[in-house]
Amino acid sequence: MPGALLPILHSLQEEFGYIDDGMIPLIAEGLNISHAEVHGVISFYHDFRRAPVGKHVLQICRAESCQSMGCNSLVAHVEKSLGVKLGETTADGNFTLKPVYCLGNCALSPAVMLDGEPYGRVSAAVADSLIENARRHA
Amino acid sequence: MRVFVPGDSSALSMGADAVARALAKARPDVTVVRNGSRGMFWLEPLVEVETPAGRVAYGPVTADAVPGLIDAGFLEGKPHALCLGLTAEIPYFKKQERLTFARCGVTDPLSLTDYVAHGGFRGLERAREMTPEAIVEEVVTSGLRGRGGAGFPTGIKWRTVLKAAGETKYIVCNADEGDSGTFADRMIMEGDPFVLIEGMIIAGLAVGASHGFIYCRSEYPHAFKVTQRAIALAYEKNYLGERAGFDLEIRLGAGAYICGEETSLLESLEGKRGQIRPKPPLPAIEGLFGKPTAVNNVISLATVPIILDKGGAFYRDFGMGKSRGTLTIQIAGNVKHGGLVEKAFGLTLREAIYEFGGGTASGRPLRAVQVGGPLGAYFPESLLDTPLDYEAFTANKGLLGHGGIVVFDDTVDLAQQARFAMEFCAIESCGKCTPCRVGSTRGVEVIDRIVANEDREKNLQVLDDLCEVMLDGSLCALGGLTPYPVLSAVRHFPEDFHASH
Repeated sequence: MPGALLPILHSLQEEFGYIDDGMIPLIAEGLNISHAEVHGVISFYHDFRRAPVGKHVLQICRAESCQSMGCNSLVAHVEKSLGVKLGETTADGNFTLKPVYCLGNCALSPAVMLDGEPYGRVSAAVADSLIENARRHA
Repeated sequence: MRVFVPGDSSALSMGADAVARALAKARPDVTVVRNGSRGMFWLEPLVEVETPAGRVAYGPVTADAVPGLIDAGFLEGKPHALCLGLTAEIPYFKKQERLTFARCGVTDPLSLTDYVAHGGFRGLERAREMTPEAIVEEVVTSGLRGRGGAGFPTGIKWRTVLKAAGETKYIVCNADEGDSGTFADRMIMEGDPFVLIEGMIIAGLAVGASHGFIYCRSEYPHAFKVTQRAIALAYEKNYLGERAGFDLEIRLGAGAYICGEETSLLESLEGKRGQIRPKPPLPAIEGLFGKPTAVNNVISLATVPIILDKGGAFYRDFGMGKSRGTLTIQIAGNVKHGGLVEKAFGLTLREAIYEFGGGTASGRPLRAVQVGGPLGAYFPESLLDTPLDYEAFTANKGLLGHGGIVVFDDTVDLAQQARFAMEFCAIESCGKCTPCRVGSTRGVEVIDRIVANEDREKNLQVLDDLCEVMLDGSLCALGGLTPYPVLSAVRHFPEDFHASH
């Protein structure tokens, strides 16, 4: 398959949750490219992770449409209730909080995505209940 | 009996799955169809019931409301507090001119039977009887311009690819819809993916390509899954594959806004860092894997089937000036009735925001509007009578882009929006050229100094110079257009750059 590197990285991340550095030589050998090229691709894209993430990944949209509906205060609220900043994982390993730039749910801003499922018109209260629900199913 | 509960991401984000489950549990005898969205997102989940008079809409429906709806006889289209009447008669919907989105929200997105019953593949049938040159000319006649944002005539691009020498050519669909305030591509991929597939097959016939790729952003997992499934179904029925003479696959991006830029997208498809390529060579001459490639946006490709079905002249007769056909306007942000409106070019911003959008969601006065995504200009109230038309926006130092409108009320701080534009550019810059890579970070710093009232006049001049360098010196639209939101904020909202902040 031509251009196989991104599909390979996606598959690995889906399987293991992140891309371990130990996999880089294997991928490089398989595709006949350098370690640096594989590393370069992993580090270029926001999606690819080189370390494990929390059990749940909460992405909060920070783009303009969500800004117009107060996403910055939503971010502040969630950061406070989880006790982490954007890009960080909670100490108990339950949640990773990530910024995202547009989920295509701009008519129902502010929007978030929790473990790949979209939520719209997310108030602070809705965010709290989403987190509480996920925590109970952690 | 059939009930429609959208499977569109926006509907899902408001609990459509729970509604579908509640319905199936209460009435196992009813067929629940997971259609796309009609685009009236403030009414989602918008549940429709088939009646002899037509489809009757109820919304927004929650799972808790399902038993009450059933008791009230909603399965026969009877009245209820959530009843909106016949879907086709809802003014927001009725006032539209749905060409590209004719089936979206109406059919089952994964039913080829539905697709064919609603006019699907008629454009392809006609194209199969035409020469490649004739297909290209039909698209040229239609006046269709690239709906991704650049507005380049699709037919002219195809003509270049057709004339390019080479045995192997590619069709690449740009489904990396990263602009805030836009969701039209997502809606088509989730609501009518076969129209995109049909458009790509026709594009293949037109330019002589037998292989296509859809590059879908990773923030759209549902759109990816639905389109992937649609491709598999099209293979099963030989609309794709050896007998059809066209192969198609969908690939996932990895969270890089820059990959919406066509050359960066091609790099990414090739498995590399999404760094842009200088042009020339144009992708039409030297594109994917070095071969002639037609790179088109989802909406451009999804519009091709109706052009081939009804003729280029039919499509061209909609619109104004050099903007022909329909625009898929996406009304978003701080607005009451956010959603998708497909309408001939020429509607004014004011009409879109007030007649369709119903004004701000907060009820506060509107202060600014950003059209065209994060690289689009901020317009004040006084420019709301600008018609939605490529040239009219250019004349006002703005851009129509992919047709997204983001409304802000009077709590917005335009200095902070300008700062965000630079910050976003810094986060998403591919790093290839200096004006974008370095200029964006310096831009954030300069705006911070202006807001902090450090040498304000001098720093405003520095910001102006910096924007000029980015505009003229960047390799692509990210660095080259980030000055649009910045300079428009300074120009139209100078009070926000005062020291009082």
